[in-house]
Amino acid sequence: MGFRGTAIWSAVPFQGRGVVIPSPLESVSLSVVIFLVTAAAAPLLKSRQASLINIAFSASAIASVIAAFAGFNAVATGAVETMVLPVGLPDLPFYLRLDATSGFFVTVTAVLVFFVSIYSIGYLKGFIGHPAGLAGQRKVTSLAVFYCLFVAGMLMVVLADDAYFFMISWELMAAASYFLVVFEDENKEARRAAFIYLLIAHVGAILILLSFGVMAGLSGGFENFNGYTFSAMRASHIPGVWKAAAFFLSFFGFAAKAGVVPLHVWLPEAHPVAPTNVSALMSGVMLKVAVYGMVRVSFDLLHVSDWRMGGVVLVMGLVSAVMGILYALMQVDLKRLLAYSSIENVGIILVCLGLAMIFKSFDMTALASLSLVAGLYHITNHAMFKGLLFMGAGAVMHSTHERNMERMGGLIHRMPQTAVFFLVGCLSISALPPFNGFVSEWLLFQAFLLSPSFPTPLLNLIIPLGAALVALTAALSARCFVKVFGVVFLGRWRGQHDTTVNETGLEMRGAMGFAAFACLALGLLPVFFIGWIDAIPRELVGGRVSETASEFGWLWLTPVAAERASYSAPVVFAGILAVVAAAYLLTRIPRAGVRRAPVWDCGFEKITPRMQYNSTSFAMPLRRIFGFLLSVRETVRPSGADPAFPKRLTYRLKIRDRIWHGCYMPVADASFWIARRFGRLQHGRIQIYLLYSFATLILLLVFA
Amino acid sequence: MTGQFYPAIIEGVQVATVLLAAPLLVGWVRALKCWSQGRSTAGLFQPYRDILRLFSKDIVLAENASWVFRAAPYVVFGATLMAGAIIPVISVKAPLAATADVIALVALFAIARFFTALAGMDAGTAFGGMGSSREMMVASLAEPALLMSVFTVSLVTRSTSITEMVRVLSTGPFVLRPSLAFAFLSFAIIAMAETGRVPVDNPSTHLELTMIHEAMILEYSGRHLALMEWAGMMKLFLFSSLAIALFFPWGIAGMGGWLAGTAGLAGLPAAFFFLALKLALAGVAIVFVETGLAKMRIFRVPEFLGTAFILATLGMLSYFMLE
Repeated sequence: MGFRGTAIWSAVPFQGRGVVIPSPLESVSLSVVIFLVTAAAAPLLKSRQASLINIAFSASAIASVIAAFAGFNAVATGAVETMVLPVGLPDLPFYLRLDATSGFFVTVTAVLVFFVSIYSIGYLKGFIGHPAGLAGQRKVTSLAVFYCLFVAGMLMVVLADDAYFFMISWELMAAASYFLVVFEDENKEARRAAFIYLLIAHVGAILILLSFGVMAGLSGGFENFNGYTFSAMRASHIPGVWKAAAFFLSFFGFAAKAGVVPLHVWLPEAHPVAPTNVSALMSGVMLKVAVYGMVRVSFDLLHVSDWRMGGVVLVMGLVSAVMGILYALMQVDLKRLLAYSSIENVGIILVCLGLAMIFKSFDMTALASLSLVAGLYHITNHAMFKGLLFMGAGAVMHSTHERNMERMGGLIHRMPQTAVFFLVGCLSISALPPFNGFVSEWLLFQAFLLSPSFPTPLLNLIIPLGAALVALTAALSARCFVKVFGVVFLGRWRGQHDTTVNETGLEMRGAMGFAAFACLALGLLPVFFIGWIDAIPRELVGGRVSETASEFGWLWLTPVAAERASYSAPVVFAGILAVVAAAYLLTRIPRAGVRRAPVWDCGFEKITPRMQYNSTSFAMPLRRIFGFLLSVRETVRPSGADPAFPKRLTYRLKIRDRIWHGCYMPVADASFWIARRFGRLQHGRIQIYLLYSFATLILLLVFA
Repeated sequence: MTGQFYPAIIEGVQVATVLLAAPLLVGWVRALKCWSQGRSTAGLFQPYRDILRLFSKDIVLAENASWVFRAAPYVVFGATLMAGAIIPVISVKAPLAATADVIALVALFAIARFFTALAGMDAGTAFGGMGSSREMMVASLAEPALLMSVFTVSLVTRSTSITEMVRVLSTGPFVLRPSLAFAFLSFAIIAMAETGRVPVDNPSTHLELTMIHEAMILEYSGRHLALMEWAGMMKLFLFSSLAIALFFPWGIAGMGGWLAGTAGLAGLPAAFFFLALKLALAGVAIVFVETGLAKMRIFRVPEFLGTAFILATLGMLSYFMLE
């Protein structure tokens, strides 16, 4: 392959040894090549499933380490590196580019892929090892192949520097993930979910393509192909209306992939049915790749400078955040709950991006970069903790063979280490210090609070309401994850048999441990992280926060100025630990004993595990408060001769997604109706079809 | 004595104040309540005797309790005391105050609540889960309202650092601001809910259907219960102090204002005097509300807290629109 590149970050040869360290872009390309080769080679090991898993996922882990280091370097140096690959159609080469923004997304993707690849080695053995496994014994060849293609597709999307290569990579990512979702294809639910996913993914892809069409046409003219590169789009000045058109087309296209309400309906269907390692990646990074698309198009290619665009992003983000977490609270299926929670987190990320756009359009670069940094921080955090939580959910499902939380409980005794890691994930996602979720939320609140009075009254109304809704979302998500941890890990086992429930293997625990450690590290040392991504706000909005953020050293995070706000996670963490240790030691002095006794049963005997609060009852108060936003149908039917003393009570609860039934079903019904009407034209007789052709010709002749 | 140890001494004095004065405030509120209802009191110092007694008692753990149940009292105590080190109770010169601003402070209370709720679910009883579910319902409505209320103050003072907020409010010119009035009303409602007072929760009830906080800690005993109770008392103390700091900051030491203006240790006696005065008045206000109102039905609480949320949002809107 001939590289015709203009590498700014030049390769540094080792003196005297003749070894050349590849530049970041070359390293990421190498990692993509490893993924593609692994995908191609995996079917050769079809007959030896165990070694297939070991080799394919070890190769993915190695490739992701390479990509992670390269991406990390690219962000740290802030250099821009480009490459042209003369493959593809004649006169349409692939343009590749690695700048700080794409380097950031490469790093986040690669780090989570590394964790999940290690996890997969342990997780997939469940598919082949035990005949009574989650889905019985089955081959995982297709899973390995599409897993590698999926990751390669995501990395390629981030590297792409022209619309053509971008769309090809985008489709590779979408198609590969379709095959991953439909992996358990004997399951009707999986086939249906995958179909909806593919449908919405393609509606989104069409919108993105149209947006690129608008930008390419206006930047290079319609006569040649020069406009299709991102550098041409970046350089061109697109007039206002077309800019808005391109922005909204691309925004809704990417929003369909990112699961923004109301385009989210595929997400809670597809994530639960996919194998859990795949759900972790889809939720943790695929949604972020869609966010990358938004960032790239709106900040870099279009230079969005109208607050109304940011306002739309902000409002859509708020709606997604609140609706996502409310639906998450109502779920009893663990993976479905996590999927809805991803919608919430994407909403929060959009709130950050929307704020950044608003600030940027009023030329407040410091605030814009603060919001952007908050968004990027949350992207990283969500990848880490949602990956961790999905891996934990997979571990739970792996050993309980159960997805329904109502039949779990008390797993902390059976799976102590998984419980610790899962608890870290719950604390992080609930935005509690000193874990990572809190830092990004704190930065977002700072951005909200620093916002001055805007000249437009509408913004002055939206910004306080936005802060209120983000606060509500955070509190609801803490509630949601108290429920998850309490119902799944605490209390007593609610299911039938728990004799087979055991701690998971070393690979799975190791991967969760890495992710949990990442959550803590990102929470404790935010200053390093903000310093690392410094080049991105400079590149996209022309401001930076790292100077002021690290003014007082690594211990103190001061995003604007010390008297405005400061936060020191290490001191808070150490302070709490010190008090806990002191209290623990001091309270032992009276030497009181500890003994175990049955729980207080109010004088009744036989307290059973079924009497515990479960997921549905835990969510009941919120079902009553926010029921008007959801579509809740609750019926209690007593049966027996005397209704006053019923023998049995039948309780039915149905919570449906309003948007699915309000927006999507009518469209689906209408298209079926139209299809049936058109079906009348078909009779299966050649004469009638010839007659149609004849009539068409006559019509054309008459009107032409 | 050189001044370099002043901050550390002040921090130590403040933490000790929070630890030791919190039971006294609870004793004061209980005594006032007894007087107002014509009962005889157990004395101002009964809470101290309760805590001491619990520390020397054996612990009885539920059969099913895991390490979360055993760790929760320490975490709750630690997070609450950490909050006590941050709020400027007597002086703004406390060095730990810079480690967390008001958003982190709310999050510290959230940690305590998170672990209390988990502990409630750990024993595997209906009560614990019920308490956790209700507590998290109250919290999920009260916490955003609390944030909105303090955000209004921080918009006015252009800072989220509590010491800076206190400094700006108490040294700046006195201005009557509608936004702060809304924020205070909302804060008062939330503080009643967050500290588990009537009309949201009743701290002295053990009737199954009305408990919220008590239901969660029903399985606790011995020193675990002592820590939980002590943390609860500190929470009441801290919410009162936070209200004082945000809305009536005059008299807190170390700001250079006309009251208690001397730097260093000399301002502390006056600061203590003002703190005691204001807390005593806060206790009177609490008792006034608690004896005047009946406890609400649990599903009226969302409306009550919704009012607080709307008031706080109104405060913020009025800042953006009027000020």
